[in-house]
Amino acid sequence: MSDNGLIGTDHVPKDLLAKITGRAKYAEDFRADGMVFAKLLLSPVPRGRVRSLDVRAAMDMEGVLGVLTPDDVPSISGATEPILANEPLYQGQPIAAVAAVDETTAAEAVERLRLDIQRLPFALDPVESLRPGGPNGRDGGNVMKDGEVDTLKWSSAEISRFESDTFPDDLPVTDEWSVGDLEAAFAASDLVIEEAMVYQSQTHHPLESRSAMAYWRNGRVFIHCSTQSVSQTRRAFAGYLDMDEEDVVVISEFCGGAFGSKIRGSLSDMIPALLSQKVGRPVMRRVTRDEETAFGRARPGLQGWIKIGFRSDGKVLALDSLMIQDNGPFGRSGDMVMFGNVLSLAYQPEAMRHRATSVFTNTPPRSAQRAPGGLQGSAMVEPLLDRAARELGVDRMAMMKLNAPQGRARFGPNQNELTSAFVHEAVDRAVELFGWNEKKEWNGRANGSKVTGVGVGFAPFVGGSSGFDGLILIRPDGKLYIHQGIGNLGTHSMLDTARAANDVLQHPWDDTEVVWGDTGKGLPWSSTQSGSQTTHAHTRANHAAAHALREKLQEIAAGDLGGSAGDYDVAQGRVFRRGSPGTGLTFAQAAERAIALGGRYSGEELPDDLDPMTVHAVRRMVGEGLISAVKDPYSHDGSTWSSVITCCVVEVDQETGVVEMKEIVSVTDCGTVLNPRSLEAQVHGGVIQGMSSALLERWAFDPRWGANSNKRFYTAKPITILDVPSRPLEFAALDMADPETPVGARGVGEPPVGAGAAALISAITGALGGRYLNRTPITPDKIVALLEGSRTGYGRMQTHV
Amino acid sequence: MSILDILSADRSVSRRTFIKGVIAAGATASSASYLFRGPGVARAQGAPGAVERLLTLNVNGQDRRVDVLPQETLAMTLRYKLGLTGTKLGCDRAECGACSVLVDGVPHYACSVLTHQVRNRRITTIEGLASSDGDLHPVQQAVYDEAGFQCAFCAPGFIMTMVGALQVNPNPTRAEMAQALSGNLCRCADYDKILDSAMRAAEYSRPQA
Repeated sequence: MSDNGLIGTDHVPKDLLAKITGRAKYAEDFRADGMVFAKLLLSPVPRGRVRSLDVRAAMDMEGVLGVLTPDDVPSISGATEPILANEPLYQGQPIAAVAAVDETTAAEAVERLRLDIQRLPFALDPVESLRPGGPNGRDGGNVMKDGEVDTLKWSSAEISRFESDTFPDDLPVTDEWSVGDLEAAFAASDLVIEEAMVYQSQTHHPLESRSAMAYWRNGRVFIHCSTQSVSQTRRAFAGYLDMDEEDVVVISEFCGGAFGSKIRGSLSDMIPALLSQKVGRPVMRRVTRDEETAFGRARPGLQGWIKIGFRSDGKVLALDSLMIQDNGPFGRSGDMVMFGNVLSLAYQPEAMRHRATSVFTNTPPRSAQRAPGGLQGSAMVEPLLDRAARELGVDRMAMMKLNAPQGRARFGPNQNELTSAFVHEAVDRAVELFGWNEKKEWNGRANGSKVTGVGVGFAPFVGGSSGFDGLILIRPDGKLYIHQGIGNLGTHSMLDTARAANDVLQHPWDDTEVVWGDTGKGLPWSSTQSGSQTTHAHTRANHAAAHALREKLQEIAAGDLGGSAGDYDVAQGRVFRRGSPGTGLTFAQAAERAIALGGRYSGEELPDDLDPMTVHAVRRMVGEGLISAVKDPYSHDGSTWSSVITCCVVEVDQETGVVEMKEIVSVTDCGTVLNPRSLEAQVHGGVIQGMSSALLERWAFDPRWGANSNKRFYTAKPITILDVPSRPLEFAALDMADPETPVGARGVGEPPVGAGAAALISAITGALGGRYLNRTPITPDKIVALLEGSRTGYGRMQTHV
Repeated sequence: MSILDILSADRSVSRRTFIKGVIAAGATASSASYLFRGPGVARAQGAPGAVERLLTLNVNGQDRRVDVLPQETLAMTLRYKLGLTGTKLGCDRAECGACSVLVDGVPHYACSVLTHQVRNRRITTIEGLASSDGDLHPVQQAVYDEAGFQCAFCAPGFIMTMVGALQVNPNPTRAEMAQALSGNLCRCADYDKILDSAMRAAEYSRPQA
C-alpha cells in the first residue's frame, strides 16, 4: 500500500522480549502494598436457593478481614449473571468471598461459612428440559423468547421424533427463519442427506486463569485482570460497578489466552474489586484450574439435525437445520444463530430453513468461543458434503468451489452481502499446495491395522467491524505514539494494526511507541478483541488517525514555511516540501509547534463524533504534542468475513481407535496480510485448536449431583505437542485485498478452528470408508464402537457423555 | 538413554514424590500448593507443621535466604517470596508445565516440588537465563528470532524445558524434541512454531564448528 512497506512484512513483536525473559506481567504477577487474598465459597449444588449464610465463625478467625456476600453486590434482573448468587444456577457458581491476610486463612474461613442451601431440581441436558415435565434450568422457564424467560416443552411424540432416525419436520422452536422455497428445492435435489449430530460443550481453558487483583485510591478503582479488550473492559466494569468510567482503571498488558472467554474481562473480576472496597486493602483473587472450569466460560453445545439436498453435480440446493443449544444458565448464546449464518454462507443453498432453540441448563456459563457456532457448523456439516461427493461421484474440491461464496455473495435470513470473498482462488491454492488430486487417492489405504484418511474443511467466519477511534500523537521527542485500546492476546494485532499508521506516515517502526494495556495511559475507544474484529477495525482507525495527523503536519509546515499544505510530504520523521526536501520540519519541531498552536493541533479541539472514552484520553494529554484523534470515517459496505481451507491426512488405528495426524495444510482468504509469520502461526494454532475440540475436550456430569467430573487438563485434555504432525505444517495466504477497507485486511482468528475440526472429522470419515461420526469429541471408544457396531450406552441426542 | 527416558522418568515420579513429601509435612495436597500462610497468623493458630523455617536457596546463581513453610511449593516461593513471577502457574497440579524450572539443570514442575526438597540444589528460572548484561540465552534468542509463542503464558515453562532437553540431547530430531516438550501445554496450540523455535535453539546451542 505504500513505500514504507511495514504492512505485509514479518517483524518481531515489541513485547516479545518481555514474554521470553519473564518480565511480562500477567494479572497474578502484580503486588500491591498491604495486599490480602480472597477465596471463594462456590455453590455445592447445580441449582439451589440460599436459606442463610452465617459468616460469624469465619469473621471471628484471626487474620480474616471481611466477607463479601450476595447482599453486597449490585442486584440484577432477568436472566443476567450476578457477581455473587443467592440462587446459584450451576455447581461452582460463586456465592461469597472471604478476604484474609493469606490464602490459607481465607480458605479456612470459607470452610467456616455456614451455608444453608435448598436444593432445587436442575437440568443438565437441554433435551431433558424439553421433555414433558422435564426440569427447568431457571425459575419461570427453560428458554428465552422475545427477551423474556419462557417455557417450551415438547410432547412425548415430539421428543421421539427428535430422537428418531429421520429428520424431524415440525417441532416447536423459539427461533426460525427461512429463505427460498425449501420444498421445491428438496424436490429438485438428486440426493438428500439427513443426519443427527451432537457437538459438545467445552471449557475455553486459557492457560492463564482469570485471576485478578484490585485496589482503590481516592475513589478510583484499579483492576489488574486478564482481558481480551482493554477499553471495552473498562466500560463494562464501570457498568457493573455503576461508576464513571474515568474512575475505573483497567490494567492488562498481557492476556494469557482467552479464546472468547475474557472478551470484556470477567464478571468475577468484580469480586476482588468489591471486596477490596469493603476491607480497604488491595485484594488478590487467584483462580484455580477447577474454578476456571466452573466460572470461566465454555462453548455452548449444539444437538440437532441437518438435512441437505444436492444436485447431481454436488451443488447444494436445499438446507434444513434444527439445533437445540445447551445455553447454560444465563442470557442467550449466539452460537445457534451463527450456526445458521455460517451454513448459509458456506454452501449458498438456493433455499434454506434454520430452526433453533436455546435451552437453559444448570451447567457452567457460556460465552463465545473462537468461531462460536461456526466451529460446530463447519465441523459437523463439512463431512456430510464429503459423503455427498462420494455418493455423487464428484470431486470434493470441485464441489467446494461449486458451492463456495465468491465475491459479494449473500447469506443468512436477511441475505446480507459480503464485502468480498476469494474462495475459488483459495480452493485452487489448497488443491495445489496440498497435492489434493494425488493424496485424495490415499483415502482408505490400509497399513496393518492403520487406515489412512484424507479430509478437507472449509470454514468462513466474521472478519471485521468498523466505526472505532484512532488516537496517535507525536511528542516533542519526535516519536510517534500509537495508542491502542484493544487487548494483547498474542495474536500480535495490537502491534500489527498500529503499523497501518506507520505506512501512511512513512515512519520507521523503531521510532514508534505503541501504548496499550493500561487505561491510565489514555487509550481510545476500541473494538472488543473478539469476533476477529480487531485487524479490520483498527487498521482502519489507525489509518484514519494517521491520515489526519499527516494533514496536520502539512498544515503546520505550510503555515511556518509557506506554500499550501498540499505542497508538503511526510516521511522518515519529517514533513518537507515536495521537490525541496531540505525545507521542512522534523516531527519533534512539528510537535513543539502543535503545542504552541493549540486548538485542533494540541488536542484542545476534537471532532464531535469521538467516543467519550477517547475524548477523556485526549483531555489528559492536551498540550503534550501533535495529537490526532479520529473516528473511523471509511465506508464499510457489506459484511466482512474471512475463511480458511484446511486439508489433512490422518491414520486411524482400527483396533484402538487412535487417530494420528500426519499432514496439515491450510490456505486462508483474509484480505491483505499484515504480518505473514504471525498470520501463519495464528492459522496453524487455530486449526490445531479446532482439532483439539473435535477430538478431545468434553464435560461429563454426575446426573445425580450435577457435578462436572472433567474439571482439569488431565480429564478434559487439550491437544498436546505429540498430537501435531512432526513434519512442519504448510500454509498459504491469498493476500488479496478486501476492497471495502483501506488497508485491505480482514481478521482471521476464528475461521481456522472450524476448518481444522472439519478437515479432521472428514479425514476420519474417509478412513472409515465414509462412515460418519455424528458426535464429538471423536474419542477412540466412539471409533471402535462404530467399527464394531456395538452399543454406545448413551442416547442418540444425549449430551455430556 | 534418550531425552524422553530422562525427562519422563523424572516427571513420572515427581508428582508422587511431591505428594509423599506433602503428607510427610502434615498438610494435604490440595492446600499445599495453592495456599500459603504468612507469618504471624500461622503461629498464632499453632497449626502443627506450619512454622516457617529460614533456609538458603540457590536461585539463578545467587544464594537467597527465605522463610519457607513445610508445605510450600517452589512455585509459590519463587513467585510470592522471591518476586520471580516469570514462573507461571497454569494448573498447579503438574498437568500443564507452565511452572517448569530447572533443578540442577533438569526440568521440574515448580508447582509440584516442595521448596524444602531443593535446598542445596541449583534452581534456574526464566529470569536467570539471560546474562547479566542482557544477552539472551541461545534458546531465548532462537524463540526471539522465530517470533515464537502467542499469548506466551506457557513460554517460560517451554523455554526452561527446551534448555533442559538440549543439555541432554543437543542434536534432537523434531520428533525427539516434541517428546521432550510433551509435558508442556500451549493452549494457543502454537506447537508448530514452538517446534520451529526449539529446533533453531538446538542449532544455536551447538558449538560453532
